[in-house]
Amino acid sequence: MLGKLTWAAIPFDQPIPLFAAGLVGFIIFCVLVYVTLKGWVPYLWREWITSVDHKRIGVMYVLLAGVMLLRGFTDAIMMRSQQALAFQSPGYLPPEHYDQIFSAHGTLMIFFVAMPFVIGLMNVVVPLQLGVRDVAFPTLNSVSFWLTATGALLINVSLVVGEFARTGWLAYPPLSELTYSPGVGVDYYLWSLQISGVGTLLTGVNFVTTILKIHAPGMTYMRMPMFCWTALASCLLIVAAFPILTATFAMLLLDRYLGFHFFTNEAGGNMMMFINLIWIWGHPEVYILVLPAFGVFSEVVSTFSGKPLFGYRSMVMATLAICILAFMVWLHHFFTMGAGADVNAVFGVATMIIAVPTGVKVFSWLFTMYGGRIVFATPMLWSIGFMVTFVLGGMTGVLLAVPPADFVVHNSLFLVAHFHNVIIGGVLFGAFAGYTYWFPKAFGFRLHEGLGKAAFWCWFIGFYLAFMPLYALGLMGMTRRMQHYDVPAWHPWLLVAALGAAVILAGIACQVAQLVVSVRRREEFRDVTGDPWNGRSLEWSTASPPPAFNFAVLPRIEQRDAYWAMKQRAWQQAEPGEPHYEDIELPRNSATGFICAFFATFMGFALIWHIWWLVAASFFGAFVTFVVFAWRDRTEDLIPADEVARIDRADRRARGAALAHMQSVP
Amino acid sequence: MHQGVSSRRSRPVTALTARCGSLLALVGLAACQPAVLDPQGIVGAAQKTILIDSLAIMLAIVVPTIVATLACAWWYRASNGRARYLPDWAYSGQLELIVWAIPLLTIMLLGGVAWVGSHDLDPARPLPSKDPPLDVQVVSLDWKWLFIYPGQHVASVNHLVIPAGIPIRFALTSASVMNAFFVPQLGSMIYTMNGMATQLNLQADAPGTFAGLSSHYSGDGFSDMHFDVEAVTADRFAAWVSATRNTGATLTPQSYAELTKQSTNVAPFTYRDVDPDMFQKIVSQVLPPGPGPINEISPGAARRAEK
Repeated sequence: MLGKLTWAAIPFDQPIPLFAAGLVGFIIFCVLVYVTLKGWVPYLWREWITSVDHKRIGVMYVLLAGVMLLRGFTDAIMMRSQQALAFQSPGYLPPEHYDQIFSAHGTLMIFFVAMPFVIGLMNVVVPLQLGVRDVAFPTLNSVSFWLTATGALLINVSLVVGEFARTGWLAYPPLSELTYSPGVGVDYYLWSLQISGVGTLLTGVNFVTTILKIHAPGMTYMRMPMFCWTALASCLLIVAAFPILTATFAMLLLDRYLGFHFFTNEAGGNMMMFINLIWIWGHPEVYILVLPAFGVFSEVVSTFSGKPLFGYRSMVMATLAICILAFMVWLHHFFTMGAGADVNAVFGVATMIIAVPTGVKVFSWLFTMYGGRIVFATPMLWSIGFMVTFVLGGMTGVLLAVPPADFVVHNSLFLVAHFHNVIIGGVLFGAFAGYTYWFPKAFGFRLHEGLGKAAFWCWFIGFYLAFMPLYALGLMGMTRRMQHYDVPAWHPWLLVAALGAAVILAGIACQVAQLVVSVRRREEFRDVTGDPWNGRSLEWSTASPPPAFNFAVLPRIEQRDAYWAMKQRAWQQAEPGEPHYEDIELPRNSATGFICAFFATFMGFALIWHIWWLVAASFFGAFVTFVVFAWRDRTEDLIPADEVARIDRADRRARGAALAHMQSVP
Repeated sequence: MHQGVSSRRSRPVTALTARCGSLLALVGLAACQPAVLDPQGIVGAAQKTILIDSLAIMLAIVVPTIVATLACAWWYRASNGRARYLPDWAYSGQLELIVWAIPLLTIMLLGGVAWVGSHDLDPARPLPSKDPPLDVQVVSLDWKWLFIYPGQHVASVNHLVIPAGIPIRFALTSASVMNAFFVPQLGSMIYTMNGMATQLNLQADAPGTFAGLSSHYSGDGFSDMHFDVEAVTADRFAAWVSATRNTGATLTPQSYAELTKQSTNVAPFTYRDVDPDMFQKIVSQVLPPGPGPINEISPGAARRAEK
């Protein structure tokens, strides 16, 4: 009846996961009770859960990323403290638990923190920057989000029902095959990522279509803000790379469920095939994450320097060059597999070539600041912190691309330090810059500056404390994923690294405090103009938060930095008369995404535990949901012109007052 | 390759290389045991040189970039009245040329280092030497290392004895999951994989004891998969071989099957006799791969079952 699921699946004898899961469960329970008692459930259902509005979906993505960041960071704290303690001692986490923690940490941070964070920012910002009312496929967008949430949920269920993978975050076979990992851990890993991977692929399709096909009048490709370009490049990579991941995992699933031999030791299986395939996805994945972050920095540096982005065409070219080169370097993740000298050398040099467009980007940001009037608001601090940190991370990356150098530091903590250097210093700093920068747009009030800056400094200093020692440790021969060790020289460095993690924890505490304080004092931080930073692109031309239809009348774009140009014109000439308002059609809310994800959750869980009847039932449920959606007869809601006019007039009054105020105070 | 290595070493080094080299060497010396920056063999020494040269080439670009970023950000702060504001300046063909050229030239230089280095230090490439190389066959098991000396008909677990000053020609495979064989002070690591053999050539320049480890995660017992490499003089190596041939068990298919079962933290021991085709039988899976965990559902459940 319940497949492999028995009471033995719940780790009653392991206090740490049980306590953690209990605490999380308790918090979720309390939140649900509070929300219900407050009578918010209908509101949440109507305005958020079933919403197909790209801004709402974006906010939910970022919220998911934030919550998973807390979970993933808890894992990080446990790993750092284990390694700080485990000198000539077993520490406090036994190997079978420690191995789950580092596997979960990597999986969560990449798939459920970095990915939803950048996709969330894209959702909130890209349609606004293009001057349009929604993405190409709004309901599909909601499906994408809820499938991602399903994956995150399943991984967290593994904390208390069964176990998570003990294979590392990429689950290399044959360790991840049934012979060596007979438990459900790898199945949790695979099904979570298969389900959320479908969501990510749909997002890619959605945004490629949106950016290529849906523009405000006059928004040509070469007038698009840089963030749209990087989002396009990132989504092209998603469309090209995620099917590879899905296929690779499908083969591993066939091995594990139906006795196939794609990657097994026996019967002609070949683990090298898996490793090639997973990195053919995995290397582009790095750029899927970091390209949107580059876009955020381009917007932020330009806005806070009060200047257009330097070398826009070069930047576009560099972005697309990275997009293509990303697919040509995967082998550098396993130079030590024993391929010949020519193969290693070709991939080493190809990898270095990516440093060229990346270097161009860094210099372009530098020249954007040159001649600027730089305001050191929190997003700008993240950006400068990024430029300094990322250059170092890029340097160690190129060092790892030199095959003979890689032969002695591969898989070591040097490598761990390198990819945290680029993912924290690049992706996460970018995500935080974007979060602070666009928060007022999404919610109508700014975040507390002081706490934001405190968070930045804690993260910045904490990062260096936590990861510079790992570079040294890598050169001292310490390999990654060690549960304990007895080399005395390593111990002091690991203590410093643990201290660094504590400083980052303080940074996260500042961010939580910042959010709470800002929400409580939101009237004080209210953004009435829709343009709190003196922005340049179209998202700042509408109210904060924008109305459901984004723009009462679609803007007409005549040049790059469209809103900056509009403001310049407005200063010179009188405000043009009121536009002609028309009825606006918006896609109707739909529960399709949520219900699909509901069934997908059960299907994933049932597949993991071999509960076949539930697999069939939930698959049928998901299918019926699709059929019902396909048979819908009303797809859109109408917002009458009067309503549009009423909302827009209020916005124009506020904006006019703000403009007059700015003119009186030069 | 020896010439290549020595010419690289004698090449005049820039002041920057020397300075950062000594800085990093300090870190390395503080580390003593498995340090990559304290190499004890020609392969490791050449790799250290490449590591430091590459770093120096890049630092020459990276340090000025960081300084320029910080200086530019500070000088053009909004409150600095003396800084010139250029609100529309966003294009300069000459600057863009330079912007593309600087990283391109750096990469061309470094690409040369990578290309030459990949060929000189290809793990499969034999080391130059008057003496014929010693063959050692390495098998990674769950979770210990087996070293077979096909010429000497002996084998050793978790303890590698090699003659100093003579190239060692390793052939490596795995009895179960992937691992990587790595002796940081001797140089290059290489993966071990079941059903196939990888090649690696290393040499210890002088007698000494070096730490070796698995540098690819392989499961719960992974952290204990380390071993000592003892480089001894040729005489002492011969003595060790003859002593080993007189004691211990024989490595037969039966004792090998026993060895493939999962075990952790295994104390070193030796086999006095080995079938010379043993390694080939493991690679070709005549001897089947390790069984993995026995009857395991989950670690918690397994432990409860024991109670």
